[in-house]
Amino acid sequence: MSQTDIRVGGAPAPPTPGQASRPWWTSRRRDQLAGYLFIAPQLLGSLLFVFLPLGLVVWYSLHEWNVLAGTFDFVGADNYTALADDPNLGSVLRATGLFSVGLVVFNLALALLLAVLLNQKLRGTIVFRTIFFSPVVVSLVAWTIVWGFLLQDNGGVNGLLDTIGVDGPNWLRGEGSAMLSVIVVQVFKNVGLNMVLFLAALQGVPAELYEAAEVDGASRMRQFWRITVPLISPTILLTSIITVVGSLQVFAQIAVLTQGGPGTSTTVLVYYLYQQAFQFHHFGYGATLSILLFGIVLALTVLQWQMRKRWVFHES
Amino acid sequence: MSRDLSRRTKLVLYGVLLVLAIPFVFPTWWMVTSSLKPVADIFAFPPQLLPVHPQLDAYQRVFELQPFGRQYLNSLYIALVVTVGTLAVSALSGYAFARIRFRGQNVLFLVVLAGLLIPSEVTIVPLFQMFFKLGLIDTHWPLILVPILGAPSVLATFIMRQFFISLPGELEEAARVDGLGRFATFWKVALPLSRPALGAVGIFTFLHSWNLYLEPIVFLSTPEKFTLPQALTQFVDAYGGPMWNVQLAAASLTALPVLVVFVIAQKQFVEGLAHTGLKG
Repeated sequence: MSQTDIRVGGAPAPPTPGQASRPWWTSRRRDQLAGYLFIAPQLLGSLLFVFLPLGLVVWYSLHEWNVLAGTFDFVGADNYTALADDPNLGSVLRATGLFSVGLVVFNLALALLLAVLLNQKLRGTIVFRTIFFSPVVVSLVAWTIVWGFLLQDNGGVNGLLDTIGVDGPNWLRGEGSAMLSVIVVQVFKNVGLNMVLFLAALQGVPAELYEAAEVDGASRMRQFWRITVPLISPTILLTSIITVVGSLQVFAQIAVLTQGGPGTSTTVLVYYLYQQAFQFHHFGYGATLSILLFGIVLALTVLQWQMRKRWVFHES
Repeated sequence: MSRDLSRRTKLVLYGVLLVLAIPFVFPTWWMVTSSLKPVADIFAFPPQLLPVHPQLDAYQRVFELQPFGRQYLNSLYIALVVTVGTLAVSALSGYAFARIRFRGQNVLFLVVLAGLLIPSEVTIVPLFQMFFKLGLIDTHWPLILVPILGAPSVLATFIMRQFFISLPGELEEAARVDGLGRFATFWKVALPLSRPALGAVGIFTFLHSWNLYLEPIVFLSTPEKFTLPQALTQFVDAYGGPMWNVQLAAASLTALPVLVVFVIAQKQFVEGLAHTGLKG
């Protein structure tokens, strides 16, 4: 390693020129070694449990592999042709898209509304903050089971609706209402996370800006869209990325509430992948679906990262 | 936005907050009260907000139908091991990426960070195959190793790194001048200062492990080895229909202890999350 490299690395000033023999095992080198050792568990773990499996997914997707029949034959792009011809693909992608869009829109809108409400000068906001956050710590499957119970045709939701004279549908048995139910259950489960992040961002908006806008006669709505939203836009971006990627991973809610039904109306990609690989034992095709999932996650993240440049007002 | 509000505005706001609170509070209330009802009263109309004939039969059934105590222990010990392991791995690498200068640092950081784009759902098929080859199917190893070393710990590392970057470095430099090695500096100086970040990362790692569902149903097949989320869905009658009051009793037993801890320590939960790097 040359001394220029060391300087780039931000090392203490190199020894004065002319110094004769410098020991090879310097504290600088020892520190570098410490750096490698510190990251070693994470790096080796990533190679073993993230990148190796990712490579294997690609390899498997080129094979016809039936675990029960014990076959593992190289078939080239056959699985991808099968994917393009899969009559379920359209419905799976539609369900995945509907769920993600519905979840992100409802989640961010409600999170922002709750954060704005909790940011007012009111007594007891901590109590409400605790309430809105509490489902985050409730076991996901427990929360889903309770909602499955509430959403039965003769369950609690329709019972409550009945008392105000509304005849509720059989939520989990209708195509539209099943998707709506799955989205709403998930929104209430995790909206507290985004709410807390928004609340922290709102508290960082300087009060003078609102005072100045007030003097200029700007309405509350106008202040919200012209001051609040631009100033918290980095947080909006962060929460939307987290929520979109999270929405693509939804599985337990579908498995417990609807098993992908009625029909295939709530069969999202991860659930379809699980069915193909672990219920029908088509590992090769399951791997192909994994590639599709990875591609979607990657594309959406890149897209949102690009949008940052146009939409986000400033970077903190 | 915190301006003084008129009395009328305040009343309206409280009204809105109370209505919005219903879908957050009612499910938990309904879960606990329904678990105390006999089967005949579960779908009674009008809904019984309080059980008319309270009883604990469902709770007894939970333990008769499944090794529920054992399953509770499984979930608890797995979540604790995963939490401690993740904290160790992510604090070490987060610290190194934030504080130590070594060759290839930026590239290696990007490599690790790329794991965020590869959720375990994408790799579940080969992970199953890998653990099958190792003879570790129907053991807890996949549920422990993958979260600690795989994609889930990457976010933890990122948060730890952001936190260490935000710490003033003078104390560590003083320690280094005093002749402390890297590990001693990390262990005795940096780590004690990072308690808020460790708390937040620890809480969310615990909850993540506690909530895992896809992985247990893929990797485990013996009821004695099940974790709680998996066990909760197994309380069904001979026709596959859910035994509602038993399922809700098991769900209550799963959810309530964590809820109680949360209410007691809500400040740490909520503020820890908001003030550790995740702030954007």
